[in-house]
Amino acid sequence: MADAENIVVATAEKIFADLADPQSINHDRDGRWKAPLWQALSEAGLPLAWVDEKLGGAGIDLADGFAVINSAGRFALAVPLAETLLAGWLLQQAGIASPDGAMTIAPARPKDRITVNADGTLSGRARGVPFAKGAAHIAVVAHGGDGVSIALVETAGLRIDAGLSLANEPSDTVTFDKVAPATIKRAPADFDQDRLMLMGGVVRGLQIAGALDQLLEISVRYAGERVAFEKPIGKFQAVQHNLARLAGESAAASAAATSAADAIARTEAFDDAIFLEAAAAKIRCAEAAEKGAAIAHQVHGAIGFTTEHILHRFSLRALAWRDDFGSESHWAVALGQRVAARGADELWPLVASR
Amino acid sequence: MTALRFDPIRLPGECEELRKEVRAFLAEEIAAGTFNPYQPLREDADAREFSRRVGERGWIGMTWPKKYGGHERTFLERYVVTEEMRVANAPVRRFFVADRQSGPILLRYAPEHIKMDILPRICRGELCFAIGMSEPNSGSDLFAAKTRATKTDGGWLINGSKIWTTSAHMADYMIAIFRTSPATKENRRHGLTQFLVNMKSPGIKVNPIGQITGQKEFNEVVFTDAFVPDDHQLGEIDGAWKQATSELAYERSGPERFLETYYVLTELVRAVGPNPDTRSAEGIGRLVAQLHAMRRMSVSVAGMLHAGKEPVVEASIVKDVGTVWEQQLPHRVRDLAAFVEEDAGNRETLENQLTFAIRTAPKLTIQGGTTEVLRGIIARGLGLR
Repeated sequence: MADAENIVVATAEKIFADLADPQSINHDRDGRWKAPLWQALSEAGLPLAWVDEKLGGAGIDLADGFAVINSAGRFALAVPLAETLLAGWLLQQAGIASPDGAMTIAPARPKDRITVNADGTLSGRARGVPFAKGAAHIAVVAHGGDGVSIALVETAGLRIDAGLSLANEPSDTVTFDKVAPATIKRAPADFDQDRLMLMGGVVRGLQIAGALDQLLEISVRYAGERVAFEKPIGKFQAVQHNLARLAGESAAASAAATSAADAIARTEAFDDAIFLEAAAAKIRCAEAAEKGAAIAHQVHGAIGFTTEHILHRFSLRALAWRDDFGSESHWAVALGQRVAARGADELWPLVASR
Repeated sequence: MTALRFDPIRLPGECEELRKEVRAFLAEEIAAGTFNPYQPLREDADAREFSRRVGERGWIGMTWPKKYGGHERTFLERYVVTEEMRVANAPVRRFFVADRQSGPILLRYAPEHIKMDILPRICRGELCFAIGMSEPNSGSDLFAAKTRATKTDGGWLINGSKIWTTSAHMADYMIAIFRTSPATKENRRHGLTQFLVNMKSPGIKVNPIGQITGQKEFNEVVFTDAFVPDDHQLGEIDGAWKQATSELAYERSGPERFLETYYVLTELVRAVGPNPDTRSAEGIGRLVAQLHAMRRMSVSVAGMLHAGKEPVVEASIVKDVGTVWEQQLPHRVRDLAAFVEEDAGNRETLENQLTFAIRTAPKLTIQGGTTEVLRGIIARGLGLR
């Protein structure tokens, strides 16, 4: 998906390469790399890329934003770029302007619910909210008596209990206790929480696909360098076949995620075929993360199990990203129910619909 | 390492029109009793006539030049026809090998008069082709082939045997590789030449071999001084190894590489009904997601072929991942079938299909290049070999 001719992606990749090199970040225990990276991303208009110019963003199309997210996965980017993009996109659905600075989204799990009280305040709890601690604002999907609303909430008024994801990234519990939102508006008629979850799922799918791409590359490189039994381990057929399987998982993740992103970028409608694209992307990318990360670690042996080595930056993130916006099991049930409700003879027409 | 690319390719509008035509045609054929869509790939008596009717529709040799009877349509259009035929369990065996492999080889290597003679007949659905690769002591190791072609006046005399040759019993022609020189020290792949063989020639005996599915599609083909004329030589003498790899992308990445057992998934969905329990829903959801991802990979490679590229590594990945998936599919469906209600109306159909699919499964990762061979090719593409 990374397209050298695409100026937006090229800009993002230059920033990632200059300021988010995984090796340098892995050695920087104090997190000094974060501020200059975020500043460069902000100056390039990337965190609010999906927000219209009149709502404070850069007005970049969905396809380019998806490509940037895929590339961020390739660098195991550890700042809330994808989350802020997603928050800006969510706010825009209701025509709410985006503030500057890092944002995140709530809920981040399909079964969590935030409700709008009669007085317009918000109540509820959202678990596993990525980067909530460091964000200035949260974009929220909330349910009230008269339907779905989208709100912008300052984190200052929220209770945030810090947590960590599998990859040791902030994954916090956010409690809304009659919190007054900065802005709240009705969501469009066809918008619901599932839409946010599926969009978030595609974003995570693209990040996983990017990470797998990199897991393949560094594993192939390592297999060519590491000598055991008097030859590079990549010369052993057993290792070659493992890496071929990793390539297959990386390919499947990439095909599923970029297809879903492309489908969403090209259509306004949100029909069963888009549901299939988005749900399948999350399911297949999550499955690929499990198989792919295991192979990458197997190839690296003990060195890949150390904090010193960069492998974990990719493997643990790919595995952690499975958990956000609905796990593969969650979406598999939802997809299976939808397929069953359509009936056996409508399965193939759905699969072959584009 | 060169990055693998699987760009999101969409089938253009003309493909969807064509898809409707194919579905309507297949529905007519099913209604007329030509084949039973619930019964996968049995030998159908009527397949000869069915092949002609597919040919009449212009769906064989779709991408070939019009002067050879082809239709100059796109790879993506051919893709749609192939997948619809597979999903319907249409009896395509009689023409599919020629359409996928043999025709393209003839187009590339046969002399003009042979092309003018044979290709239009393939397009009309009149000819069945077999592929003569494996021998009793040469399967995956193609270049160990021993069956000899010895030069004689005006042609070659063939002696030896091919084995596991699908459809040889009904084939009109075979495209085979024979040894024309010994391998050299420098290149063990040297010395094999590709030929077009008329299966009606004297000196060719076809012995059927039963398969564990109950089918008899396999054959042993014994050549005893069988004559092949000079103009049936395809490509360079002793240089078949150079020709063997370029066609593989077409052969490896098509929908037939992950849809061969698809019917059991449809039947499972029918059996669980509109309100499946959580376990069944989850299982079906995963399988559908995997199928979708598989198809997106395969369509992506079709798009690259359409654009004139030769995505050999990507195509090998599609076949590796696709055949492993279609091999596991009947077993996963069997897992879930344990939870189907006893009174499900299609229980017997599902059970019969599972029996057949589970018997079929072992061959899927062997035919047309084993998993091990494919992973070797992928590893080479990754720069490991």
